[in-house]
Amino acid sequence: MIYYDKVSKVYPDKSVALDGVSFGVEPKEFVTIVGHSGAGKTTLMKMLIAEDWPTEGAVFFESSNIHKLNKRAMSRLRRRIGTVFQDYRLLQNKTVYENIAFAMEAAGRTDSEISADVPHVLELVDLGHKIWNFPKELSGGERQRVAIARAIVTQPDIIIADEPTGNLDPTNTYEIIRILQKINELGTTVLLTTHNKGVVDTIGGRVITMEKGKVVRDDKGGKYIL
Amino acid sequence: MIFTNFKRITRTGFVNFWRNGFLSFAAIVVLTISLLAIGAIIFSGAFGRALIADVKDKVDINVYFALNAPEQDILAVQADLDRLPEVASTTYISRDRVLAKFKMKWQDNALIMQGLDEIGDNPFPATLNVKARDPGQYGSIAQYLSNKNPAMSDGTPTIEKVNYEQNKLVIDRLSKIIPAVERAGLSIAVIMVLVAIIVVFNTIRLIVYTSKDEISVMKLVGASNIYVRGPLIVSGIMYGIISALITLIIMAAVAYWSDAVIMRFAGVEIASNFELVVNVLSRYFAQNFGQIFVIIMGTGVVLGALSSYIAAKRYLRV
Repeated sequence: MIYYDKVSKVYPDKSVALDGVSFGVEPKEFVTIVGHSGAGKTTLMKMLIAEDWPTEGAVFFESSNIHKLNKRAMSRLRRRIGTVFQDYRLLQNKTVYENIAFAMEAAGRTDSEISADVPHVLELVDLGHKIWNFPKELSGGERQRVAIARAIVTQPDIIIADEPTGNLDPTNTYEIIRILQKINELGTTVLLTTHNKGVVDTIGGRVITMEKGKVVRDDKGGKYIL
Repeated sequence: MIFTNFKRITRTGFVNFWRNGFLSFAAIVVLTISLLAIGAIIFSGAFGRALIADVKDKVDINVYFALNAPEQDILAVQADLDRLPEVASTTYISRDRVLAKFKMKWQDNALIMQGLDEIGDNPFPATLNVKARDPGQYGSIAQYLSNKNPAMSDGTPTIEKVNYEQNKLVIDRLSKIIPAVERAGLSIAVIMVLVAIIVVFNTIRLIVYTSKDEISVMKLVGASNIYVRGPLIVSGIMYGIISALITLIIMAAVAYWSDAVIMRFAGVEIASNFELVVNVLSRYFAQNFGQIFVIIMGTGVVLGALSSYIAAKRYLRV
């Protein structure tokens, strides 16, 4: 479904973010990517939605090179990928409801679907009571959950979650992971990056370990080993 | 789907307009000032044209005919002149009317009236007052008349005198000054319009810049370009409409207020001597309201929309 083919990324200041990374992801897999800060996890995720470009190599999604898609195809691809950004990236001048509705509008959903699904997904992340608040009125954890709700509401084929539990307490962390696992069980491919050893051990799925821009370990049913 | 998209884009544009209250206010202030500059150009153009038309109207030449010139010959000359493309209008004043006008003007002056009585006969020649379309054309009209000058039955010329030579100096000066004034006005107008466009564009670009992160998020969530850009353009159009309405209200106020000011400064007497200049702005505003509305509203809306469109372009490359 996804294939990274010898992907390297060197920034203009010569710092190497990725160094010849190759691996594939099968449909319905739950892949956890672990590694220290600066190991290249976020860059790897950015490649998948073409927010960043590889210096060498290519990233394929269902046999098409992501970085060679035209604008329309790119927008269509992005609608099939739900992204939870490390820094949330909510729209500051939209309410929680509108932030989530926007993703659905962009995906071309009808108004009735939107008015039915948005409250539902907010209940799922336990934010039903904050539906008309603006992002700046929310705590970090709440913002994170809005970001997750936005990513899953369009029922994408893939969810990429970059440190989604970074700002959450253990209870919330467990809740989020449970939501992601549930989505995965329903057939969505999940790519997750994390620092959290507990999270990795709970999931117990495939674990890819990165170090200095390289894949150093790729275990099915792996544990958090650094 | 197209309708749904249009509805959503318009609604988002409106909502953003209200939520970004301060930025919208700033954009409207800048756009209003720029539109007022264009309004000022329209008004000063109208005022200048009225003033120039008034001065042009005051310049004329008189053709004096021989005392014994038969009226049909004079009317023939008038008909010839009317056929010339350079001539705007001709007015024939018969000897009797010249006399009557003279008497009316000097009726309180016993000495002059007495002198006139002593002459006995009417000493005034018939006069043809000629106005050219352009002050520069009086020379050729005078030339035409001196070449044409038909002889009467006794061989003396019908036209005794054309007062072009006396008026030549002022006519020549005016025909040089007026085009220069018009050219200067046009260049100032062009520069002001350019400055207005640049200032508005930069302001709106800064407003769009503040939402550049949001634009990239929208793109990364999978929104198409039109979906991201549309609301910005709607907001731009709203800036334009509101600024244009404010500008039109201010222009109306200035037009009617200026008449009173001109009257006060110039005094009723002088103002009535320049009758074309009196009430020029209010009359111009009322008569050309449709045109002014289209110019101001069109400029506002196009500037607002186009600036947003261009400004968003750079941030859509995500």
